[in-house]
Amino acid sequence: MEKASKFNRYVFTVIVLYVSWILITATTRTDELIVGIIVSLLVAIGTYDYLSIQGLRHLSLKRLWFLVIYIPYYLWQVILANFDMAYRVLAPSMPIKPGFVIVHTDLKTDSGKLALANSITLTPGTLTMDVKDDKLLVHWIYVKDRTIEGATHEICGRFEGFLKVIFG
Amino acid sequence: MRIFFGYFLLYFGAAFLFLGAFGLIRLPDLYTRMQASTKSTTLGAFSSVLGVGILMPHWFVKCLVVAFFILLTAPVSSSALMRAGYKTGVPFDKKRTVVNKGKEFFSEKKEKEEGK
Repeated sequence: MEKASKFNRYVFTVIVLYVSWILITATTRTDELIVGIIVSLLVAIGTYDYLSIQGLRHLSLKRLWFLVIYIPYYLWQVILANFDMAYRVLAPSMPIKPGFVIVHTDLKTDSGKLALANSITLTPGTLTMDVKDDKLLVHWIYVKDRTIEGATHEICGRFEGFLKVIFG
Repeated sequence: MRIFFGYFLLYFGAAFLFLGAFGLIRLPDLYTRMQASTKSTTLGAFSSVLGVGILMPHWFVKCLVVAFFILLTAPVSSSALMRAGYKTGVPFDKKRTVVNKGKEFFSEKKEKEEGK
């Protein structure tokens, strides 16, 4: 994945830092806002190289819209995962059939892979252990399919569509 | 209504934290225990923090940011722990585990590094 220009990445880092500043201070007082923009500009000089790869391309309207849809979906999956876990822990017969399976992904960017790994970790019964190139090692608490293709469809199928647009 | 909802989220989180602790005792090996503890601590901490935010309205935005960071970082730490556990050879429950492709995965990695 080629990098965006330096200025582009710098501006994106400043925007992200400034939005975090506003959210954490949680005020709209003028002095806070002015100090915030100064600090963001200074901090971004040293850190933009580590914090951003694609720069402003992340802020396209389509991507933000998909992100807004994705977050509630993700939260719903987290809640489902917890009820699934509660069932497996509390049932007297303990219906677990754990195994380590390999999953294949089409996502190219590092941030996309990170988001996919996090999503897999918080969905029912699966936990990512390692990522290498386009393969992920996943610990699955109730193995339904041992082959790479079957496991990919079962585990990543529901996320990749979203994540391809958001991080693609 | 607001106070009811806040306390509901707090107790909801606490219940899942309890279930996570229960899973730590019941499940057979490190990997399945990590599954239980990761999922329940993430949702437990998330909904407790959100509950506090709803009970204290002037903290709400801060709590939202904290909850977002919990959601972002908890899975990363757990997969780092799992990976470290697997690489140092922590034993898994051999009776129940049905498939283990971990060796295949990590040996592939070695071949590629030697190829470079």
